[in-house]
Amino acid sequence: MEEKFAHPELRTPENLVYKRTDFLVDRPLSYCPGCGHGVVHRMLMEVVEDKGIGSITIGISPVGCSVLAYDFLNVDMLGAAHGRAPALATAIKRLWPNRYVFTYQGDGDLAAIGTAETIHACNRGENFTIIFINNGIYGMTGGQMAPTTLPGMRTSTCPYGRDVGIMGHPMKITELIAQLPGTYYVTRQAVHTPAAVRKTKKALRKAIDCQDLGKGIGFVEVVSNCNSGWKMTPVQANQWMEEHMFPKYPLGDIKVDGELVK
Amino acid sequence: MAKIKGDIVVNIERCKGCEVCIASCPFSTISMSEEVNSKGYHFAIKVNDDCTGCSNCALVCPDGVITVYRAKVTV
Repeated sequence: MEEKFAHPELRTPENLVYKRTDFLVDRPLSYCPGCGHGVVHRMLMEVVEDKGIGSITIGISPVGCSVLAYDFLNVDMLGAAHGRAPALATAIKRLWPNRYVFTYQGDGDLAAIGTAETIHACNRGENFTIIFINNGIYGMTGGQMAPTTLPGMRTSTCPYGRDVGIMGHPMKITELIAQLPGTYYVTRQAVHTPAAVRKTKKALRKAIDCQDLGKGIGFVEVVSNCNSGWKMTPVQANQWMEEHMFPKYPLGDIKVDGELVK
Repeated sequence: MAKIKGDIVVNIERCKGCEVCIASCPFSTISMSEEVNSKGYHFAIKVNDDCTGCSNCALVCPDGVITVYRAKVTV
């Protein structure tokens, strides 16, 4: 196909502004079109690249859509049982204190089945990074209700909307673990706009830097979309997320340098 | 007069046509193609010459298919 507005003369290494990092394996991501996982994967690997810790980083993939993260992230990866990534990360970090360890979990993994592991790892003040992708739904299994589902939100297991009288309230696990003394940096970000992506990258950098200090968990929640589960187009899903998710899950730092800021 | 000029290269086979880049482009430089790639997705193409190489599209692209170049050219 002929590119009408192409400028091949500009495509030289000295003019290069942005390219996909080599720390992502060169294969197509398995996620749906428009899913936020891809951006978080890329930002995480850019942080690893900038910090120059590719050979001493160990990641733990969860159960959920991002279970295949080990196929895409070009660092050492392990797969944990459902929800048990913080427990596995605890073991790895204690046995290899000079390695950078992160867990990458979704809301079904971290906030539902893995609540105990998450809270206790944070309470013990372990020294690794938790990346939590919150899209308010169980994306991989077909859009069932998760603990983070918004009140009134329709999913395949609450087709008339989440009724808080029967099904309980959405769990704000990030605010919950920020109360624990074992966490050092807790933040909530998003990846739907360029500005939000840049902020997320900074937050991920800060959370990984926490491991140098050895003062506790760095926790980054990323509010993301699930356009397949929400039955919307990616752009609509991002808009819906801004209108409905952000009032419930406001973006910004919650705990910085061990002090609550919100 | 010096002017900033940008160019994007889209990895057509990897693009899934989610259109998130279109919403993020401040100059409406990107649009979806009429053709489809081998997986059946419409892919992102450049439709005008206003690109400044701001790399907004590349940042929000979930699949990281966009490479951005930028240079100062004298007009």
